[in-house]
Amino acid sequence: MVSKPSEVAGPAEDEESVPAAPVAVKILVAGGFGVGKTTLVGAVSEIRPLQTEELLTDRGVGVDDTDGVEQKTTTTVAMDFGRITIRDGLVLYLFGTPGQDRFWFMWDELSFGALGAVVLADTRRLADCFPAVDYFENRGLPFVIGVNCFDDGYDYTAEEIREALDVGRGAPVVLCDVRERASGKEVLTTLVKHLLAVHQEQNRENVSAL
Amino acid sequence: MTGPGSQWLDDEAGPIVRSYALTRGRARPATGEAFDMITMVSTVAQPRSGSPGIGPEHLDILEMCVRPQPVAEIAARLRLPLVVVRVLLGDLLHHRLIVATRPQPESGTLSKEHLLREVLDGLQAL
Repeated sequence: MVSKPSEVAGPAEDEESVPAAPVAVKILVAGGFGVGKTTLVGAVSEIRPLQTEELLTDRGVGVDDTDGVEQKTTTTVAMDFGRITIRDGLVLYLFGTPGQDRFWFMWDELSFGALGAVVLADTRRLADCFPAVDYFENRGLPFVIGVNCFDDGYDYTAEEIREALDVGRGAPVVLCDVRERASGKEVLTTLVKHLLAVHQEQNRENVSAL
Repeated sequence: MTGPGSQWLDDEAGPIVRSYALTRGRARPATGEAFDMITMVSTVAQPRSGSPGIGPEHLDILEMCVRPQPVAEIAARLRLPLVVVRVLLGDLLHHRLIVATRPQPESGTLSKEHLLREVLDGLQAL
């Protein structure tokens, strides 16, 4: 139960005196089902990954219908996320995107305002990451591809993966082991360096367009 | 699990009170605020005792957000779906008990670069 608050904050008119809330930024971690998104988030997060749920109401399709009664089913989409405090007042959140393609519209919400994305790929099922690559390319959100090296996976070079994914020279490809914190950290730093490069490139283009 | 209503559920299934009962059937916040997942929520006032429409879940949020929290953490820690938390936050905002700080929009080019460098430094220091 909630205990009675011992100290009462000032009235709403004092809004200005409230200490500034930390600035929060986010990076998305996408990829096929079971590729290690939550493992990556957990490896670098300072907290155990938390889960939020979104309830979706679908008109029931294919459920055992009771004659003519319109059924609605509620689907729960879970998203795991972790946190990295960059400094006092600046916090980075890592969101794992829902694995199933039919939750695209959730991606729109998730990618709104995101700095960039990590697309995790599994060499045994490379095609699973195509939808995420397409999505971020269409949306113009910069991303890196992290190739999670499973023990029984095939041995490819980053260059071979890049060709297979047809991402051109744009997105960096990093081989990684998402269970390792150092490896997860490398994926993220590669992404942020890439974001800086993209940002500077855009600035140059803006200047030369003037 | 094979679907809703098909089996007897344990604690894993979550609270016995239906989510929409907490929001009194509302699916959208009373205010226009969209409450992005990383919008920061800060408690700025406590309700007068017996404020109509303020329930235990609202009080939980107020207690939690004495230190500013993002919407996603509020939902995760209260184990409530985002859609429900957004409605509750809308109520609190309507009563002016919280302040919502949206994620920084793309402001000046310099500040974006500065922000990215700070994030990079922070990650490298992990």
